[in-house]
Amino acid sequence: MLQMPMPDRAVLARRAEIVAALRRIVPGEGVIDTELERRVYESDGLTAYRTLPMVVVLPENTEQIVHILRYCSANGVKVVPRGAGTSLSGGALPLADGVLLGLGKFMRILEIDVPNRCVVVQPGVTNLGITHAVQDQGFYYAPDPSSQIACTIGGNVAENSGGVHCLKYGLTTNNVIGIEMVTMDGEIVRLGGKHLDSAGYDLLGVMVGSEGLLGIVTEVTVRILPKPPGARALLLGFPTIEGAGNAVAAIIGAGIIPGGMEMMDRLAVEAAEAFAHAGYPMDAEALLIVELDGCEAEVDHLVQAVEAIAAEHGATTCRTSRNEEERLLFWAGRKSAFPAVGRLSPDYYCMDGTIPRKRLGEVLARMKQMEGRYGLRVANVFHAGDGNLHPLILYDANNPGELERAEEFGNDILRLCVEVGGVLTGEHGVGVEKRDLMGTMFNEADLDQQQRLKCAFDPDSLLNPGKVFPQLCKCAELGRVHVHAGQVRFPDLPRF
Amino acid sequence: MEVFRPGDAHETEQVVAWAAAERKPLEILGGGSKRALGRPSRTEHTLDLSALCGIVDYDSSELVLTARAATTMTEIEDQLVAHHQMLAFEPPDWREVLGTSGAQTLGGILACNLSGPRRVRAGAARDHFLGFAAVNGWGDGWKAGGKVVKNVTGYDMCKLQAGAFGTLSVMTEVTVRVLPRPETACTLILQSLSDEDAVAAMAAALNSPHEVSAAAHLPVVLVARSGIAELAGAATTALRLEGPRPSVDFRADVLGRLLGEALRLGPADTERFWTGVGAVQPFVDQHSAGKSDRALWRVCPPPSAAPALVRRVQAGLGSAEAFYDWGGALVWLSVEAGTDCGAPLIRAAVAQSGGHATLIRAPERVRMTVPVFEPLSGALDALTRRVKASFDPLGILNPGRMQEGV
Repeated sequence: MLQMPMPDRAVLARRAEIVAALRRIVPGEGVIDTELERRVYESDGLTAYRTLPMVVVLPENTEQIVHILRYCSANGVKVVPRGAGTSLSGGALPLADGVLLGLGKFMRILEIDVPNRCVVVQPGVTNLGITHAVQDQGFYYAPDPSSQIACTIGGNVAENSGGVHCLKYGLTTNNVIGIEMVTMDGEIVRLGGKHLDSAGYDLLGVMVGSEGLLGIVTEVTVRILPKPPGARALLLGFPTIEGAGNAVAAIIGAGIIPGGMEMMDRLAVEAAEAFAHAGYPMDAEALLIVELDGCEAEVDHLVQAVEAIAAEHGATTCRTSRNEEERLLFWAGRKSAFPAVGRLSPDYYCMDGTIPRKRLGEVLARMKQMEGRYGLRVANVFHAGDGNLHPLILYDANNPGELERAEEFGNDILRLCVEVGGVLTGEHGVGVEKRDLMGTMFNEADLDQQQRLKCAFDPDSLLNPGKVFPQLCKCAELGRVHVHAGQVRFPDLPRF
Repeated sequence: MEVFRPGDAHETEQVVAWAAAERKPLEILGGGSKRALGRPSRTEHTLDLSALCGIVDYDSSELVLTARAATTMTEIEDQLVAHHQMLAFEPPDWREVLGTSGAQTLGGILACNLSGPRRVRAGAARDHFLGFAAVNGWGDGWKAGGKVVKNVTGYDMCKLQAGAFGTLSVMTEVTVRVLPRPETACTLILQSLSDEDAVAAMAAALNSPHEVSAAAHLPVVLVARSGIAELAGAATTALRLEGPRPSVDFRADVLGRLLGEALRLGPADTERFWTGVGAVQPFVDQHSAGKSDRALWRVCPPPSAAPALVRRVQAGLGSAEAFYDWGGALVWLSVEAGTDCGAPLIRAAVAQSGGHATLIRAPERVRMTVPVFEPLSGALDALTRRVKASFDPLGILNPGRMQEGV
């Protein structure tokens, strides 16, 4: 298991005083002090990691957040922000000597602005809640992580969440146009708004996906899109993974960017079919679900094209949804793949690497070899269009040592993703889960530069420390100017 | 005055390390096509990246292209066209309107976060920027992002590099996402709408499910300069549709009926018209050599606030002309240069509408004294300065290009 920073005894000794100070800022039930009630917050979606937070505070407005952060800054108290706690990478894992700052009370939709194609919401509004607020007018919010019923837009901003439609419609970062945030020293900063592009540095762009390390987001402006008039899905079964992979490349090569394009391997298909009865072909080694959306003329045109490509690449099953009910049924299996796999095994561990798609066959073959080595099975769910792989490692935490083996297996998979030219995480974030693997993708100079940016926002490293970076930030050292006149030879380079 | 021309990333690190040690600021140059953009450089030395060129890796089925930073856009475009692909953010060519020559480079486009008409649908340059290698102000080489289309590992440094105008790090290699080129395109033309009605019509079009990929409005005085003869004589609101042929035909018919289509441009005129909008063609003549008595502003307001903003500017500056792109989210304003290019009035109008304004073309003396980028204040200004210092504490890289002291 990965180690979190040692709690600061001096801070723990002042716990009562800190709780009292927070109560002066957030009156009533907004400060949670009892162990029983704090227990609720001890982990997020990465449940293997649990820590009881020192205290939980649930502010109701931006002003309270300003005062909480000013107090914590002045007193050297760490802060961990939390939305709905659905992070799969431990981004909201509490600290024993830290304040857990929950944004669950920021639940209002502030403005629906159709002429400017945007909605202004508080960060605790759920992802799906935004779509619900605008769907009567024919709009939706595009990023759709599978936790969208529960996860909050604030958490989506922190993690730069994706979903099955992000190949065509983008991640959170492509759909957020403004935020209000509070920095660790209690300053309110507005970035972006209802306009496009940034006046100065694109700090909004770097806030999205910063995993709660740079500031507390208190308001979000998202762009909304008109709902496509129609969509149809194709179920394509292939006798080999390579065949399915080649079909994906051929679809994109034909200039088609589907609304969604998902691949599942045999084990995932079996689990999903047993769970959802979606009519998946049980003889296929790989199943592709391809969704094409747009006007009827376009959808019909593209369906024909994809059907032809599938046939050329040896698809043994090719079914096209005939109505909305059938389209949703095709998706039902994929969308329940995680809980379905959960029925195959007491526990599963969901990975999230991205690879260049052309390396898929090789990566899956090597994963098979690893299955033998670790004595654990893997079911694969894959955002095929963008190369984002979700291997689900099946294990039983009741068997001593099996969780550790699953974690080591997961780490090996992620190292493999990096080795073939991919990355550690496509959409779940680094959090604590992949923190110690950052060195496989980035060298010291890369990580130092990221840490320096952290220092510009949070010089005392009080905001969500212990996440993302394998080593705690030492801003004073990183900021030191280490070059002086005369120390570097005049470069011997072409000059003009 | 020295010009350094490193041949690779390592030599680039050496130049910057030397400059940092000697406290000698550098102007960072790719092809030089955007040299007139931003506050004038006052550095003694120049770092010319033009030798860092060439496509490193392009795999069309992976939708990813990696190139050295100063690879010319001509080379990039040639390769993409050969594979029926494109940079979806439609990088515009501002050389004519800036009065510069020299090759446009991919690194330059990204460093300035320049996007064309499709930005309203496909996002900005920053949205397609996946990864890079760069040299910070200490002379240390570093990298961020990746070479795959989906990645959230570490801070999204690409966003920060895009639009930083070379003030944070010197990019040596960049990776971008590429997308299929649409099979065909057409443009619906609505005529004789007022600015208000045009912005409302563009909003209706962009809010329809018909996937409008560009929306611009030219008032009647500027239509003659659009390069499309048949448009002359009436204010023109243009809506582009792209995609497979049956889909484009269908959507054009439905949308045309809905909004009252007057004319339709075919693929060739569509290409010419939107290339012109991206290149600010209607204002090129006024800014060509010898007629630099006019200044050009690029304003990004909330779209629905754009017509009122233009009216406010025109009330104060009688000769101001304007046209709209991005459905009103981008307003190009041409004003008499005078002593301050109308900055106080335009900044006040932007303060009222929201958004920001950038002085794109102006005499050097004005760009020295009038803030070129939207002035920042308070906590945001302080944060911006700390961010600059976290990459380049000695102020070696393009110092003052965006703001004094940044």
